Formats: sequence, structure tokens, C-alpha cells
Amino acid sequence: MPAGLWTKCPRCANLIYRKELERNLRVCPRCGYHHRLSAMDRLAMVLDRDSFEEIDAGLVPEDPLGFVDEKPYPLRVEDAQRRTGLPEALVTGTGTIEGCGAVTGAMEFGFMGGSMGSVVGEKVARAAERAAQLRRPLILFAASGGARMQEGTLSLLQMAKTSVALGRLADDGVAFISVLCDPTTGGVAASFAFQGDVIVAEPGALVGFAGRRVIEQTIRQKLPEGFQTAEFLLEHGLVDAIVPRPDLRATLGRLLRLCGAPVDAGRTGAPAHGWPSAEVSTTDDHPSA
Amino acid sequence: MTTHPPDHAGAPEAAGVNREAAIERELSVAEEEIEELRRISEEGKVDLEAQIASLEARAEELREAITRDPTPWQTVQLARHPERPKVGDFIAGLATEFVELHGDRNFRDDPAIIAGLGLIDGRPAAVIGHAKGHDTRENIARNFGMPNPEGYRKATRVMRLAEKLRIPIVTLIDTPGAFPGKDAEERGQSEAIARALVEMARLRTPIVTVITGEGGSGGALAIGIGDVLLMLEHAIYSVISPEGCAAILWRDGARTRDAAEALRITARDLTGFGIVDEIVPEPPGGAHRHRDAAVDAVAGAVRRHLTVLTAQPLETLLAARYEKFRRVGRLRDVGAPEQAADGARPAGGAGRDAGGQAG
Repeated sequence: MPAGLWTKCPRCANLIYRKELERNLRVCPRCGYHHRLSAMDRLAMVLDRDSFEEIDAGLVPEDPLGFVDEKPYPLRVEDAQRRTGLPEALVTGTGTIEGCGAVTGAMEFGFMGGSMGSVVGEKVARAAERAAQLRRPLILFAASGGARMQEGTLSLLQMAKTSVALGRLADDGVAFISVLCDPTTGGVAASFAFQGDVIVAEPGALVGFAGRRVIEQTIRQKLPEGFQTAEFLLEHGLVDAIVPRPDLRATLGRLLRLCGAPVDAGRTGAPAHGWPSAEVSTTDDHPSA
Repeated sequence: MTTHPPDHAGAPEAAGVNREAAIERELSVAEEEIEELRRISEEGKVDLEAQIASLEARAEELREAITRDPTPWQTVQLARHPERPKVGDFIAGLATEFVELHGDRNFRDDPAIIAGLGLIDGRPAAVIGHAKGHDTRENIARNFGMPNPEGYRKATRVMRLAEKLRIPIVTLIDTPGAFPGKDAEERGQSEAIARALVEMARLRTPIVTVITGEGGSGGALAIGIGDVLLMLEHAIYSVISPEGCAAILWRDGARTRDAAEALRITARDLTGFGIVDEIVPEPPGGAHRHRDAAVDAVAGAVRRHLTVLTAQPLETLLAARYEKFRRVGRLRDVGAPEQAADGARPAGGAGRDAGGQAG
């Protein structure tokens, strides 16, 4: 992002006064384009002031494959760390939204395309475990091109790691709210981002499994305008809601109040918390055990 | 601090790579010569059968040599070999009384995945696998083993049936990947894979997974979470195809050999990373030349693991499955940087402007 007073909207190409853009939550005042946010800006925008406490900040990647393409992997990591000021592509912690507690995490697309390697997988899993332990809903903001190639099959298996952790969170009856930001594709889309109990997307966000170019090469035709956008997903029944950025904090606060009360045993169909006839089950056995 | 087993395999030895390249060159020269001699022979001028036979024998020797110690790129070619046994062959060798169950009960039957019930050693089990074709016509019909969302939804449906019936599941993985198509996106390819993963993570029945050929990324993993992962000797398992990786990271789609090496996708590499539990040896010459023997080897290993897994208490099994995937990865914990001991300071200053906008 070039420094300066003015910035050019990538969608409408209008020059926007930078301060006006910041005031407008980085939504273009002319065309409504939702500019990408850093992980920290994202968390700052939705969480109550000073409520965020980061967890697992010390997790950093290794170079298990000794991977060298045009540049060694450790150098790519160092570059990304220098440019983003973050140790990895996901920041996790605890915080509150409108006073409701949650465990949360936001991805940093600027860190190697928000790619998921061992650290991102581990942080998602630990956040899920923390959410289960605190019995607070988990909210993750996805923004990623997919798995991190430089960690090879180990990065592919992070999709499995996040899945076992989120599966257990579901068994524990704690809600997981997934927010799809621009862009969410590949192995992140095909794992935790689409495992939310509630899935919301930002307007215009690009969300899909395969990249546009790969699809066009495969089917040998041009894809229509608006393909793989949040609006496309809503139309096809794949997300619960599209929430414009100015409404995101309030919507998440409302969802936390609606999903925040944990039931004791997710899979046994224990009676809903808060209802007059509710008798909360104290046993933890599963129907097919 | 997360600890991990040490790396097992070093980088492929340059000498080995050169030797294999030399074998490949000689083989391709021999194959060209055979073709040339055949053409001359067929033109009816001379009888060259003796020379052809001798060259054939040499070519055969060279092919066997390749399968004895293939380079990563040769392994990719072996894993994709069109003559390799396919899911139907493995099912026939593994199960009797197999009944295929079609469809996801929602949209359509995806021919790129075969799912059904059968008897393994006389006991019922669910078997699910990617279906590549034996020939071009079947490959087109089966979309080259690249499933659409309904394929994963069919797989998930049959897995849930197995859980209900309390019978084990065997999955056979052999796919270039999930299909990157327009319709696949419209029907939620990501959601279908994500759902399959979280289902398999907690299915309350034993799952044996086997990579028999090409383990192509998320499309492979989507039926690949289980209690044990077996891999045929010359199969591969990768986050991206070497072609795709070369095009992105080297910006040169021709650097496939480099990508295949760098990605560490062979059974031996993946055993070293703790991803693969057991390598199933292929017969000398490879699974594509001795299909029955390869099928028998896989069936034998699957039976052996099913016997062990089904004897375990379910809770032990599920706890071990959780640990198996929860552990995977390599990372370090260097501790929270510049964080106050009392943790009062919000790390990274994220809270700085929190709530600064209208709620």
C-alpha cells in the first residue's frame, strides 16, 4: 500500500482521501468496495476497546522440507514478518464484542497470502480448544489463498488438524462463527472457513475452492462477472448472510448473544439453554457409543 | 514448545537423480528404436523380430530399474500410470458381495467416487474410493477421478451409514484433486470437502485410509481422515500438483521435477514426517505391471489393520485419531515477544483502536 494522502480504489478507480477511507472502515465511499484489512485492523474494528488479549503469539514456522523455490522459505517468512509486523498469518486471542466474550482470530492476507501452514493450523486448533475450555463461541475471520505450498503435505494436513479440533468444539456444544473476508479460497475455504455453524461474508469477498484461472482453463470458457463472490455464495445457499462492514460488529454481537449460551452436549440434543422446560443433561455419552 | 520426530530423509542425492535420468534416457531411446524397427518390419522388408525382442528385454530391465528407486518425478509418473490398478480392482480384491450405493440423495450420482458395502473377511464394511478409469472412455465418464461436491456428499452419506451400522470404513485415495469446475463452485466444493473432513474427524467407527495412486490435495484428504494411513510404495500425496507448484512458485510450468522434489510427496518422505503410518511395498516392476500382486498387498495390509482397529475400544480409537491429526505439523514456540509478564498489554496493539467506530 503506497503511502500518501490519497489512495486509489481498486474497483471504481476513484481517488479517495485516505483519512476518509479509514473513517469509513476502509469501505470505498464512492462504490462500497470493501478494501482488505490487516488482521490487527480487523480485530480492532470488531472487538471492544482494550478487550483483546493475544494467545499463542510465540508460534513461528519451521522449514520442515528445506524448501527452496526462487527464494528459501525461511527468507520468505522473514520478509512477511518484516512487512506485516506479525510472526505468522493468523492472530488469535480472547476478547469481547458488545460485552460478550469470545475466542477470536483474524488472518493476515499480507503474510504470504494468508496461507495456512503448521502455525496457522496450530493456532486455529488451539483457539478451538480455548473456546471449548472457556465455553465461549469462536469467531474466525478468514482471508487466505489456501494451504502454504512451502510446507508441502504438512500444510495440507493442517486442514485435518483444524477439522479434528473444530469437530470436538462442535461435540462440546460451543458455537463457531466463521467470517469470510476477501479472499477466502483453497484449503482454508475447504476446511475451517466452511465449518462454521454460522457463516457470514463481507460484501464482494472472493470465496471459492479453485482459482478463477484454473477453472477457466479446465472448462475452457470465461466465468461470468460476479462468480465466486459473497453474493454468488448467498444466492447458492452457501453462506448465512452478507454483512456490510459498518454492521459487522453489531451483527457479531447479536450472534454471540444468540449462540453464546452453551448447551452441555452438542450431539445428544440436550434441551436448549434458557427455555423454561430445559433440563440440562449432565451425562456426556453419545448415542451410538 | 512443540516437539516433533526428527526429519528422516535428506534431499535426494544428486548422483541418484543423474543415474535415474540416464536410465530414463536409455529407456526412451530403446523405446524409440523398438518403434522404428517395428515400422520397418511391418513394411515387410526384413524380419527384425530378434532385434526387437532383445531391445524389449532391455527396455523391461530399465523399467524395473526405475521402480526400484524412482526419483520423486518418476514416482509422480508411476503414481499416475494409466495401467495402475483402479478402485474397482482394489474393491474386488478386498471385499465380497459388494453392493455399490449411488448418489448423494440430493443432486446426482458422482461417478468419480465409488461407495458401497461389502464383506471383508466375512464381516461387513463400507468401502469408498476415487474412481479413475481404466481407459479414456471410462476416464471421461468418471471425470478422471476428480469429484464434484456431490461425490463428497455421497461419501459422507455412506460413512454415516457405516457409523450407524457400526461397521468399519476403508477409503481408497487416487485423484488428481477435487474438480475445479464452475458447477462444482456453485454447489459448494469447499463446503462439501470441509464437511467431509469434520465428519471423518469424529465418525464413531474405525477408518482405514489408503493412498493407492495420486493423493491430490484437498480432494484426496476429503476421504483421507482416519485411524491409519497406508500408502502404496509409489503413490504420492501432495498439497498441490508439481505442475501447479512449478507454475506458481517458479513461474515456470516446466520446472515440475524441481517442484516434485521440493514438495517431498513420496511415501518415504511422508513416513518421515509422521503422516503415513505404513508403506505397502509394490511388486518389483511396479503396481502397473503386476496389478493382482499390488491389489493383494493392499488388501492384506487393510485386513491386518482392520483386525487391530476393530478390536480397540471406540473411545481409545477416537482419542488416538484426534491426537494423530492434532499433532501434525512442524513449528516452534519462541514465547510471546515483548509481552509484559502480567499480560496486561494487549499484544500487537490490536486493542488500540478497538471500539473506535460506532458499534
